[in-house]
Amino acid sequence: MEQSEKSVQELKAELSKHGVFTTTFEEIYNWGRKNSVWPLTFGLACCAIEMIATTMARYDLARFGAEVFRASPRQADLIIVSGTVTKKMAPMVVRLYNQMPEPKYVISMGACAISGGPFRDGYNVLKGIDRYIPVDVHIPGCPPRPEALLDAFMTLQKKISEQQLTGEARPRHLKEDLPSEFTVPKYGEHGLEPPVNEEVWNPLKVLQ
Amino acid sequence: MFLLQNLAVTDARFGIDFLMISAVNLFITGTNPWPPIVALLVGALAFGLAPLALAWLWAVKYSPAKPGKEKNSIYECGLESPGDAWIQFKASYYLYAIIFLIFDVEAVFLLPFAVAYAGLPAGACVAMLVFLLLLVEGLMWACQKGVLQWS
Repeated sequence: MEQSEKSVQELKAELSKHGVFTTTFEEIYNWGRKNSVWPLTFGLACCAIEMIATTMARYDLARFGAEVFRASPRQADLIIVSGTVTKKMAPMVVRLYNQMPEPKYVISMGACAISGGPFRDGYNVLKGIDRYIPVDVHIPGCPPRPEALLDAFMTLQKKISEQQLTGEARPRHLKEDLPSEFTVPKYGEHGLEPPVNEEVWNPLKVLQ
Repeated sequence: MFLLQNLAVTDARFGIDFLMISAVNLFITGTNPWPPIVALLVGALAFGLAPLALAWLWAVKYSPAKPGKEKNSIYECGLESPGDAWIQFKASYYLYAIIFLIFDVEAVFLLPFAVAYAGLPAGACVAMLVFLLLLVEGLMWACQKGVLQWS
């Protein structure tokens, strides 16, 4: 399999030397998708200000085909979790993610969205949105500069362009049996119920 | 070929659809003015329908549909939508809005009147007074009808 893949790449390179351009369905599909990632209009905290700055003329997110912030999750491909997710807000974030059509991606922007940030020890802040939804790209920073968000975009584009259409390694949205929506947490007596979604939360284990 | 054309012409006398005849003529003689229009029509339809058809085929082949209760629920900025969207508003709101128009129109006419007041003859002042009285009468009538009582 790997051998044939390699020879195909060699053949393509050889053909392009002679002025013959070849491509695959998968490449066209991914090329189209990665250059039209439409984010959801969704800001949570101070990181959202940086996200807005990224879309403006100076940083110009439009270069990546992602300037069309959609006001409805039905038209969005990407949710940028930009800032502190309080426990009060977490169900809304998960519900919005659920309401987006496949394929959908998540960028977790800033220390708060990754881990709770400076509020990690507080009682009312979620310790990272990856407890409930699968995150594609994490951006550290407090808040991350627009360049960092652009870098995250390019990382996401790279990730999209490497996704396969067929085979076992194809992404979640192409697999029939994997879910498109995730458990929305409820307000319980001691914080959110359930505290984490075991299906998506894979923390690093400390080995003794 | 000649026969077919002849047939088309005869049919035209008997009132068969003119477009059909044109289409027949188009492929036989090529002198008809309709062919470019028909070609454009077909092209326009294909231009619109082909991407939709391709997208549908693509979805059938590769991308499984994943509807769900959460996903299909009403979008309310992330909140669950409570109750029904088909609720009734009280008619009193509309009556209030209409009565507000009395004051609205009054203000619109009173302002230019006040600005030009010094140079106006007595007749103009009387006319304005009558106008105001008419409006006040309307308000009094509404008040008497009990519209302004909120229940």
